[in-house]
Amino acid sequence: MENLLYIALFAPLVGSLFAALFGMTPKNLITGFVTSGLLFISWLASVLLLIHVLSHGTVSANMMEWIGAGDLTIDFGFAVDAITAVMMVVVTTVSTVVHIYSIGYMDHDKGFNRFFSYLSAFVFSMMILVMSDNFAGLFIGWEGVGVCSWLLIGFWYHKADVGTDVNPSISPSWAANEAFIMNRIADLGMLVGIFLIYWNVGSLNYNVFFDAIPSLDNGLLTSIGIALFIGAMGKSAQFPLHTWLADAMEGPTPVSALIHAATMVTAGVYLVIRANPLYDAIPNVAIFIAYLGTFVAIFAASMALVNRDLKRIIAYSTLSQLGYMFAAAGLGAYWVALFHLAAHAFFKALLFLGAGNVMHAMHDELDIFKMGGLKKVMGGTYLYMGLASLALAGIFPLAGFFSKDTILEVAINEDTYIIWFTLWVTAGLTAFYSFRQVFLTFSGNERYKEIGAHPHEMPTFVLVAMAPLAILAVIFGFFMEPFNEFVTTILPSYEMSHETHHIAWFFIIITTLIALSGIFYAYKKYASGLIRDKELESSFVYRLLTNQYYIPALYNNVIAKPYKEISDMLWNKVDMKIVDTTVDGIAHFFFNNGDRTRRMQSGNLSHYLNWMGFGAVALMLFAVIASMIG
Amino acid sequence: MIGLNEYLILSGILFSIGLVGVLRRKNLLMLFFATEIMLNSANIAFAAISGHYGDLSGQMFAFFIIAVAASEVAVGLGLLIVLYKKQGTLDLDNLAVMKG
Repeated sequence: MENLLYIALFAPLVGSLFAALFGMTPKNLITGFVTSGLLFISWLASVLLLIHVLSHGTVSANMMEWIGAGDLTIDFGFAVDAITAVMMVVVTTVSTVVHIYSIGYMDHDKGFNRFFSYLSAFVFSMMILVMSDNFAGLFIGWEGVGVCSWLLIGFWYHKADVGTDVNPSISPSWAANEAFIMNRIADLGMLVGIFLIYWNVGSLNYNVFFDAIPSLDNGLLTSIGIALFIGAMGKSAQFPLHTWLADAMEGPTPVSALIHAATMVTAGVYLVIRANPLYDAIPNVAIFIAYLGTFVAIFAASMALVNRDLKRIIAYSTLSQLGYMFAAAGLGAYWVALFHLAAHAFFKALLFLGAGNVMHAMHDELDIFKMGGLKKVMGGTYLYMGLASLALAGIFPLAGFFSKDTILEVAINEDTYIIWFTLWVTAGLTAFYSFRQVFLTFSGNERYKEIGAHPHEMPTFVLVAMAPLAILAVIFGFFMEPFNEFVTTILPSYEMSHETHHIAWFFIIITTLIALSGIFYAYKKYASGLIRDKELESSFVYRLLTNQYYIPALYNNVIAKPYKEISDMLWNKVDMKIVDTTVDGIAHFFFNNGDRTRRMQSGNLSHYLNWMGFGAVALMLFAVIASMIG
Repeated sequence: MIGLNEYLILSGILFSIGLVGVLRRKNLLMLFFATEIMLNSANIAFAAISGHYGDLSGQMFAFFIIAVAASEVAVGLGLLIVLYKKQGTLDLDNLAVMKG
C-alpha cells in the first residue's frame, strides 16, 4: 500500500518535471498528454487507496527523516486516513479533468508546456498538504500551493491592465502579487501556531499533538487555535483577507477552476477539519469560526448579486460556499463540512470550466451584460452550467441540496438561529445570482452580436472531459450516508437531536422554497433579456456592492498608500541622503585623489626623477624626525 | 690639517651637485655625468672613512664601485647612442613617450 501512496503523491511531480523540460520550447502536445496521464494514474492510486482505507483503516508511510537537529526531529511522514483519502480523490479527480480540459483551453497559448508544468506542480503540493502526517509537511504543501497559485494567477504576466466598465483595472501580475502577499500575512499566523505547538508539545506530528491536548492549558490552546485559523483565513480567503480571491480570476480559467474553487482555497477548511480535536477543546474559537463563516457567506453572496463579470460572480460564490463550510466546521459538524467541500469541489469546478467555455467562445469577454442567447450555439455548456448552478443553489436531487441542507440542519440543531437565518437568506441569494448569471449568459436577446463576437462551442473532447464532474455533481449527494460512516471513523460523529430530526422536513421545504423563489425571480427578471434599471444602478446600496463594500479601496488608501509613502520617504530621505551619500563620498574621495595624482605620470623622466628626489628627501626627513621623537 | 670631516663635507657637496644635476638637467648625457659625480662622492666618503679607521674594506668597496660605474657607463653610453640614432635627440622633454 505504501507504493500506492508514493505513486499517488509523486506522479504529478514527475509530470511537472517532464513538462518543465519543455518549458522554454513552443507548444508540444506531449506535455499535456503526459501530465494528464500521470494525473490519471495518481487518481487511480488515490481511488485504490480510498478503497483500501475503507476496509483496512489508515495507511501510513515514513519516507525518511527530514530534519534532525538536536531535539528537533521532523520526518517526511505521510498518513492516509479517511479525511486524507477523501481529499486526495477530490483533488485528483478535479485536477485530472482540469488537465484534460486545459489541453483544449490552452490550445493557442504560447506557454502551453509551462502551464502544464505549473499545474502538475500545484497538484503535487496539494497532495503533500493533505497527505502529510505532521504540521511541517502541511506547511511545505501550504507554501507550495501558494507559490503555484502565484505562478498561475500571473501566468499571463505580460498582459497589461485592461480596464473595463465593470472591472477595476487589475493586471495578472498585480493580482498574483496581491494573492501572494495576503497569504504571506496569514502564513505568519500559521507559523506562530506551529511554533507554539512545537514549543509546548515538542513534536509536530498530528497524533502526538492531539494526544497532548487534554494536558495543555486552555489559554495556550486558544492561541494555537487562533493562530492556525489565521493561516486558514488567508488560504480560504475569509474576511478580512478575502480580496485576493476575486482578483485571482485574472489567471487562466482552468486555474480558477482547480485552484481557486475546488482545491487550494479549501485547504483552510481542511486544516480546521484536520485539527478537529483542537477546535473541540476550544468552543469559543470554534463558534467564532462559525459566525465568521456565516458572515462571509452572506457578505460574498451580496457582492455576487450585482457583479457583471462571469468569473467574479463564481469567485464570490466560492467565497460564500467556503463560509458555509467554516460555519459547519465551527459548529462541530466536521464531516458535513468535508462533505460540502467535496460536493462543492465538483460542481464549482464544473461551473468554472463552463465559464471557461463561454469565455473561450466570447474571445475573453467576461461581461455578462454583453452576452445572452448563447444557448443556441453552446448547448452542452448551457447544460453543464445549468446543472452546476442547480447544484450550487441546492435543488433536489443534486449534490448541493444534501450538503447545504445538512449545514442548515446543523445550525438549527445547535440552536444558533442567527446562523441558520443568515445561511437561509444566503441560500436564496445564491440561487438568485447563479441563475441571474445563467440567464444573462444563455437566454434572452443576443447582445453579443453588438460587440461582433462569433461564439462557438468547445471541441467535443473538452465537453466529454467535463462529464465526470457533471455526473458527480448530480449523484454525489446520494453517497451522503456511506460518506458519513466512512469519515466519522476519524472525525467525531455528529448526530442531530430527536427534535431536529422531526422538524427537518419543514426546514428542507422552506430552504428549497427560498432557493426556488431566487431562481424564479432571476428567471422573471433576466430570462427574456436584459433591461437595465438606471435608478437601481445608481442607488447607494448597488454602488456599495459593485465596489465590494469599498474594502479594496480602503486597503489601498489605509495600508498600501501610506506604506508606499513611508517607503518613498525612507528611500529619499534615509537611503539616498544618508546611506548612499556616505558610501558615494568614500568612493568620490579616492576617485578624485586618484584623478589628481594621475597627472604625475607625465612620461617625462625628468619629472619622475624630481618626484623620486622629493620622495627620498621626505623619507629622510621622516626618519630624522622619527629618530628625534623616538 | 685636513681631517675626516673635511673629506665628508667634500663628499656631501659633490653628492648635492650630482643630485641637483640629476634633478635639473634635461640632457641624458648630462644626467649620466651627474650620476657619476654622485657615485664618486660616495667613493671619496668610503676611502676617507676607510683611512680614518684603518679598515681596508671601505677602499675595496670604492674599487668595486669604480668597476661597476665603468661597466654601467659602457652599457649606458651604448644605449644612449642607439637612442640618439633613433630619436635624434637626447633631451628628456622630447622623449616623453611613456605618458600615462
